Amino acid sequence: MASTDRSSPMSWQRTGLSRSIDQGFVWLTGAFAIGVGVVLLAIALRVGSDAMPAIQKFGLGFLVTSRWSVNDEVFGALTQIYGTIVTSLIALLIAVPIGIGVALFLSEDYLPPRIQQPIVFLIELLAAIPSVVYGLWGIFVLIPILRPIGIWLNANFGWFPPFSVAPAGPGIYAAGIILSIMILPIIAAISRDALVAVPSELRQAAYGLGATRWETIFQVILPAAFSGIVGGIMLALGRAMGETMAVTMVIGNTDTIRSASILSQGSTVASLLANQFAEASGLQVASLMYAALILFGLTLVVNVLAELIVRRFSLKL
Amino acid sequence: MTSNLQSARKTETIFRTENLNIYYGSFLAVRDVSIEIPKNQITAFIGPSGCGKSTVLRCFNRLNDLIKSFHIDGKIFYHSADLYAEDIDPVEVRRQIGMVFQKPNPFPKTIYDNIAFGPRLLGFKGDMDELVERSLKQAALWDDVKDKLKALGTDLSGGQQQRLCIARAVAVQPDVILMDEPCSALDPISTLKVEDLLQELKENYTIVIVTHNMQQASRSADRTAFFNVVANEKGQRTGYIEEYDRTEVIFQAPTKKTTQDYVSGRFG
Repeated sequence: MASTDRSSPMSWQRTGLSRSIDQGFVWLTGAFAIGVGVVLLAIALRVGSDAMPAIQKFGLGFLVTSRWSVNDEVFGALTQIYGTIVTSLIALLIAVPIGIGVALFLSEDYLPPRIQQPIVFLIELLAAIPSVVYGLWGIFVLIPILRPIGIWLNANFGWFPPFSVAPAGPGIYAAGIILSIMILPIIAAISRDALVAVPSELRQAAYGLGATRWETIFQVILPAAFSGIVGGIMLALGRAMGETMAVTMVIGNTDTIRSASILSQGSTVASLLANQFAEASGLQVASLMYAALILFGLTLVVNVLAELIVRRFSLKL
Repeated sequence: MTSNLQSARKTETIFRTENLNIYYGSFLAVRDVSIEIPKNQITAFIGPSGCGKSTVLRCFNRLNDLIKSFHIDGKIFYHSADLYAEDIDPVEVRRQIGMVFQKPNPFPKTIYDNIAFGPRLLGFKGDMDELVERSLKQAALWDDVKDKLKALGTDLSGGQQQRLCIARAVAVQPDVILMDEPCSALDPISTLKVEDLLQELKENYTIVIVTHNMQQASRSADRTAFFNVVANEKGQRTGYIEEYDRTEVIFQAPTKKTTQDYVSGRFG
């Protein structure tokens, strides 16, 4: 640090150097913060400008056309948008209740800390598995297990649109389930942090009024942690919508919507990009950029919605 | 709800402890407490830090049960019921014995919902609006908040929050209200408001209050227990009751010299 006059303990004064280091630190952190925004903006602008030819040619029709024909140069991303949303929703449907349940179990004192800590660590480790490993596991383990179940569902509940097609193996359902496992640790870990952060005074207040543990959890602890939990769910949803490798390996990669059935094959925006960018040229590249822009937009919408939900409910608590 | 707690004979002595020892694991935190706490009076627990005042208080509503290593021997009677008997449900105990904590801890809900929380747990079927108003009036908070019952309880000032917590405790019409240093986080004016409130509340409730503030004990309490603490050779500090009597006796003519020294500010 800056040199100081040590002749008397009370004569310490900030030197010019110390002041300029402080000021420099403020500028440095400011530059980092602004830098993140600039990078985001630059990516959006570049993707947007590269997508321009496709935007001009197809307009908003791109969003509602489910045809992707390289030969005819006709492109529409409805199949992929639909696949992205449906796989993500399946993933949330499975992972949210389980994730919050796990978080509750691991935030209360059901287990002695000696057992609890390793379990928390193992769940966080789920997030560290590379997605290509999930994909491989999906192909060789998950799909062989799921397929007979899918066939049974189709045979017995075929009248119900989501089960109206017999599964060929890979498909939207497999992608959704793989995604649910991949986002589970995000939801569980963030929800647990939010639950642990609820002040113990609130817990004692509820117990002091004669609430049972159940009532305390559902009427005080969960509402108090609500905004943190929603934040975790939205982060997980963003991950699910953008996940590429594992989904590409198990979804089947069709370029039209075959049926409303989750047992049929499909495609997501991310898997489309991963499959086609290498051989693409001309208008196809622009169309892929357009699709990328849409994915960008979808995650933006999710984040804005999350922010609105968090604000609305944290006031209503 | 026809347990032993409900059917217990009502007595003029609310709590009676017999040779109560309180442990955390093998550590003896408080030893040999034998006191009686009379109905519709304010009983204060005073004493230096770490002497076990709050620990004893939290035995009365079984809040210490939340700490896994906690256990007692000896007896605590609530009216004629043995509070720590096998067939007593701690949840039921806490519904009859309210508590106000050191740090104001309103729920992050509206003022109205804070008050209604306890009655709803109990399945209250009557006029909730009326109950909320009555509870807030009893806690001398109604005039401050009557126009903003839908505002968040956590947005009130510290003193108002603590009165909200008192109103919340009162709303379930408990038999006893335990207060664990309720004014230690409050400014002097809010403290005086809470003290005035204590005098009104004792018409209907029995109050046990832990306080670090000796003036507060001498102003408010009918009876005062002076806790002291000794350390054993391993440095473990065990609390005990040095003297328990009417407040005037404790403050003006205590029988023990340590009590005299403490209340005159010579230690602690």
